[in-house]
Amino acid sequence: MSDATLPTAAAPARRETGRARRESRRVQFVLIAVSLAFLLFFLLLPLATVFVEAAARGWEAYRAAITEPDALAAVRLTLLVAAIAVPFNTIVGIAAAWAIAKFEFRGKNLLISLIDLPFSVSPVIAGLVFVLLFGAQGYFGSWLQAHGVKIVFALPGLILATVFVTFPFVARELIPHMQSLGSADEEAALTLGASPWRTFLTVTLPNVKWSLFYGILLCNARAMGEFGAVAVVSGKIRGETNTMPLHVEILYNEYMGPAAFAVASLLAGLALVTLVLKTLLEWHYGDAIAASRRH
Amino acid sequence: MSVAVTIEAIEKRFENFPALRGVSLDIQPGELVALLGPSGSGKTTLLRLIAGLEEADRGRVLFGETDTRDLSLRERRIGFVFQQYALFKTMNVADNIAFGLRSRPRDARPDAAEIRKRVKDLLELVQLPGLDKRYPSQLSGGQRQRVALARALAIEPRVLLLDEPFGALDAKVRKDLRAWLRELHGRTGHTTVFVTHDQEEALELADRVAILNDGRIEQVGSADDVYDHPATPFVCEFLGEVNKLPVKVVGSQAFFDNRPVLGGLTQNQGGAAALYVRPQHLRIVDETPLALPGTVEHLRRNGPLRRAEVAIDGLKKRLDVDLASQVAPAIGERVKLRITHGNLFAAA
Repeated sequence: MSDATLPTAAAPARRETGRARRESRRVQFVLIAVSLAFLLFFLLLPLATVFVEAAARGWEAYRAAITEPDALAAVRLTLLVAAIAVPFNTIVGIAAAWAIAKFEFRGKNLLISLIDLPFSVSPVIAGLVFVLLFGAQGYFGSWLQAHGVKIVFALPGLILATVFVTFPFVARELIPHMQSLGSADEEAALTLGASPWRTFLTVTLPNVKWSLFYGILLCNARAMGEFGAVAVVSGKIRGETNTMPLHVEILYNEYMGPAAFAVASLLAGLALVTLVLKTLLEWHYGDAIAASRRH
Repeated sequence: MSVAVTIEAIEKRFENFPALRGVSLDIQPGELVALLGPSGSGKTTLLRLIAGLEEADRGRVLFGETDTRDLSLRERRIGFVFQQYALFKTMNVADNIAFGLRSRPRDARPDAAEIRKRVKDLLELVQLPGLDKRYPSQLSGGQRQRVALARALAIEPRVLLLDEPFGALDAKVRKDLRAWLRELHGRTGHTTVFVTHDQEEALELADRVAILNDGRIEQVGSADDVYDHPATPFVCEFLGEVNKLPVKVVGSQAFFDNRPVLGGLTQNQGGAAALYVRPQHLRIVDETPLALPGTVEHLRRNGPLRRAEVAIDGLKKRLDVDLASQVAPAIGERVKLRITHGNLFAAA
């Protein structure tokens, strides 16, 4: 009796799972299509437009736009600011991540929140803060002026603003990774007789090198691309305090669209290089990254 | 090479939690000592204190005559094997083992050829020849443990410290490594302290076992000492299964329910007491003046052992009895139990 009913009970069940699988495939298709469409219209299309517009007047015009003295000065300034801000944030970021991951101290949670501050504050406000502190009418303005130090509307201001805005990248990449690793490796190195410095160089740093590299990559991309904070402290003196993003804006506002897009294409190129490096990193060292994150 | 370790009245607090409350222990040169206790008993803290990875609030640790408070981690020269081994993931096996030698100050550092030779010898010692180019992620748990041991031995430690050395391994590998470690210790003769929560491991492996509970050492002694003559009820319960029987001591006899159950007592502590009896120290007998009548309620098999649960009149908890003979009683059968050995503790 029960034998006879069993197959009929099982058959609809199998059909059910078949339908469920078909439905999940449909959901999968819809999700992928939506994501792709979004990426296409909001990310890929604008990026492509930059290059198309930059190339619209031909190679000569493009070359002229990016070799024009003000443009070259902007490129140089951008590279200089990044060359100072990124190493600085790397070192301080490692120190902060180390402190947070390896030690227990009062105010640790406050420090973690502070590291995120630049992400939650509008870059414009960050810029204004520095003007308020170091500008001619600022708190330290008269003192700085008396000693002949120029911060706002000069290179130091640009660096300060960039450091502020890009600080979290390295620290935020490192903290979770270092926390998950714990301190056993360092303790092992110390008991084996290694000095703290050697322990840091040969154990800690290699353990987190991929996170560190990734953090530096993101930090650099943002340092070169930062607009808001830099715009406030720069004063936009052409050939002197104009970084690439500022230069692009000025050109565009002066109806020099092709030139603006030419310089913009350099910035976009930087973004692509970052993306490619990151992807290569993950391809080639995916195993190493996974291995160093294990345990 | 190996030194005596003297632990003197160590106290250590974490925040408001007292981890160690006055611990003293003398370890002879070349001795293999187990720190045994449940989690939270302070055994790992004590090990880390000997290593210098923690600092004591009070008390001190001596290596031979030297107060270790005056020594840096490098000067202590301890070989520490971490619970999860803490092998350097970005270095291969050979570089892991050579790390300690390469970390020495320049004038004390062996040259590259010497280091290579030492790595090779150590890999042979831990029976992993030819694995020098592997990375830790390519090794099995047991192999990692051996590499960690080789790395610790490379610096010619004065004291070898192992934190739950077999904790992360499966049962079969544990057994093999246990025998191997015992043999290795016999050959190298390092003063060795290891932490474990597994009483079987501690009893089998160690020359002496220190049993910790709640930040204090309850007893120190050889495996036979602590197992046969536990100093406290905690030690008795922690080292193996045990039945508890509330008794009254009068003269040299212990009475349960006004019936004498154990005679020939020499401890003259009259009054209420708790008698701790291991399952193998209960025997089913035909007739004897000192016997506990009961009913067999349940029969179990526990590996090679057969065990009966016997309900005793006037006792809530059934007694576990290991069956010595091949003839098992039937369930429901009335039996008489004789206690061949027991430990008496004053009732708390």
